[in-house]
Amino acid sequence: MGMTITEKILARAAGRSRVSAGETVWVNADILMTHDVCGPGTIGVFYEQFGRHAKVWDPDKVVIIPDHYIFTADQKAHRNVDILRQFVREQGIRYYYDPDFLHGEGMPTPYRDPTKTSYKGVCHIALPEEGHTRPGEVLFGTDSHTCTAGAFGEFATGIGNTEAGFVLGTGKLWLKVPPTMRFVFEGTLPDWLMAKDLILAVIGDIGCDGATYRAMEFAGEGVFSLNIEERMTLCNMVIEAGGKNGVIAPDEKTLEYVRSRNRSGKPFEPVFNDADANFVYEKVFDVRRLEPVVAKPHSPDNRALVSEVKGTPLDRAYIGSCTGGKLTDFRAAARILHGRTVRIDTFIVPATTEIEAALKTEKYNGQTLEEIFLAAGARLGSASCAACLGGPSDTFGRLNAPLTCISATNRNFPGRMGHKDARVFLASPLTVAASAVAGCITDPRDFLC
Amino acid sequence: MGAIKAIMKAIIRGRAYVLGDNIDTDQIIPAQYLMLNPAIPEEYKQLGRHALSGVPEAEGGLPKGHIPFRDPAADGSPYNIIIAGRNFGCGSSREHAPIALNAAGVEAVVAEFYARIFFRNAVNGGYLIPFESEQRLCEEVRTGDEVEIHTADSLLINRTTGDRWKLKPLGEIAPIIEAGGLFAYARQTGMLRS
Ligand code: SF4
Repeated sequence: MGMTITEKILARAAGRSRVSAGETVWVNADILMTHDVCGPGTIGVFYEQFGRHAKVWDPDKVVIIPDHYIFTADQKAHRNVDILRQFVREQGIRYYYDPDFLHGEGMPTPYRDPTKTSYKGVCHIALPEEGHTRPGEVLFGTDSHTCTAGAFGEFATGIGNTEAGFVLGTGKLWLKVPPTMRFVFEGTLPDWLMAKDLILAVIGDIGCDGATYRAMEFAGEGVFSLNIEERMTLCNMVIEAGGKNGVIAPDEKTLEYVRSRNRSGKPFEPVFNDADANFVYEKVFDVRRLEPVVAKPHSPDNRALVSEVKGTPLDRAYIGSCTGGKLTDFRAAARILHGRTVRIDTFIVPATTEIEAALKTEKYNGQTLEEIFLAAGARLGSASCAACLGGPSDTFGRLNAPLTCISATNRNFPGRMGHKDARVFLASPLTVAASAVAGCITDPRDFLC
Repeated sequence: MGAIKAIMKAIIRGRAYVLGDNIDTDQIIPAQYLMLNPAIPEEYKQLGRHALSGVPEAEGGLPKGHIPFRDPAADGSPYNIIIAGRNFGCGSSREHAPIALNAAGVEAVVAEFYARIFFRNAVNGGYLIPFESEQRLCEEVRTGDEVEIHTADSLLINRTTGDRWKLKPLGEIAPIIEAGGLFAYARQTGMLRS
């Protein structure tokens, strides 16, 4: 019996010629990533367990990306960034992306020029941009959306502080090899459909727990015709189906992206499914038969076609996060917002400073994306997680009242974006932009066709 | 740290707090408290004060609902065993979630099954024992019932009603829980030098 991509990566990381689904193995980590929310706890575990003068197993394999609570006056949030700074100094960690605000009272001032800061923004997008994702590797991160990096043909999964503290000291972790579910998309996407629609359709099909303890592989023409950012959107949300990791076989687009970013020049080895690999589940979708989808409150698997909930009144629209805050997402939104104005409060938050900078240079119909969004009446935030996870009450775009919001983010559990009684619909950036213009849930085809 | 390690007692006894399906980690500990650093004992305790504060009122303390997990005036929660439905602990990977439950005095959760990361965090951190039930106990047990978990026989007894339910054996996680979490287990088995 052959092996899947996930099995092959884990076999290599365990120093074995083969592993099969269900086996428990100790694997070596290629990268451990943490951020400002889980980093301080992880660092606490590390020093408590290995001693105050302990050293991490390999400082060049630790990547620290503060991103969650950056633009807030909360003093504990600032203190947590200081804990990261001190750790990075003590350990000689070079891959650290400091928000470079000065410690002090009140809201930190965002960098004036997003091209002149070491700060990056949302970790899952910053990781590939900064060259920390490579095919065939094992990436652990103290964040459930670490699975995003499966788009690069690697094994990437979220872990807790205790586990991350263990990896910091040993470079290893035990894992159960997951069986793989395969989702094949045939045909290419029409220009009003996005990766977000595909993944919401999949989660709606299998449910919030449909992939628990499993890997989810995406394949087919519909996937390989997507650009890297859209593939990241697919893998990003496997955790919303309970998946351990998402994976897409690397192709020329992957290799080109990775080579252009892999500044350290670290060698890597892509792996692929064997012809006789074993899958526990396989489903083929014809993308020509799919329609724009939303997830209704309060669960990502509460799927409805946009056509079924059309006209639902809204108070707010939000485009941002590791799921919906990439350049592709903003290019899509601009196609609808160009020359139109929004009827409801609309918040735009680029995932990273690189994307934020691109909003000022990327053009659509002669205008920059930033000009288009501002002219439409949307509000632009600085790169960070912002209201995707609610956060402190002064967070940009946070739902501080029981509002109804349509959002390009990934979760709509009660309270996720702030208020416990707020209602959040998840949708593609195209659907969010169309709904922002109309003030109610709207099919993007109404504006594009 | 402030952790009270979950101990594999022969019998875990106490009052049940009942919840439904898909209780995600944002409901267990809302994001506005995540700047609390569990490595600092005082902040570890504070996480316990906000445990389950994200659960919508109507869904907290089934079957009636509208029963808060904690009495804001009192210290700690009267409930030390949580009974829940499917997919407990889904969503974000925050270890603050099992920590908040541990700091609030929860010793065990009995759910139909768990989201993977929460389950690993609970076990590897040694915060609480995640049992899996064979039946849908969140529709059988009522908030406030006196319950007992007999760990060796994987049995849940409802002292209030006299019902007895078989739980799934802990299986391969039992030695990690018995050791007191990932680090203790790794030291016991020689993976880490003590
Ligand atoms: S943008 Fe949202 S989902 Fe992504 S890492 Fe930040 S909080 Fe998590």
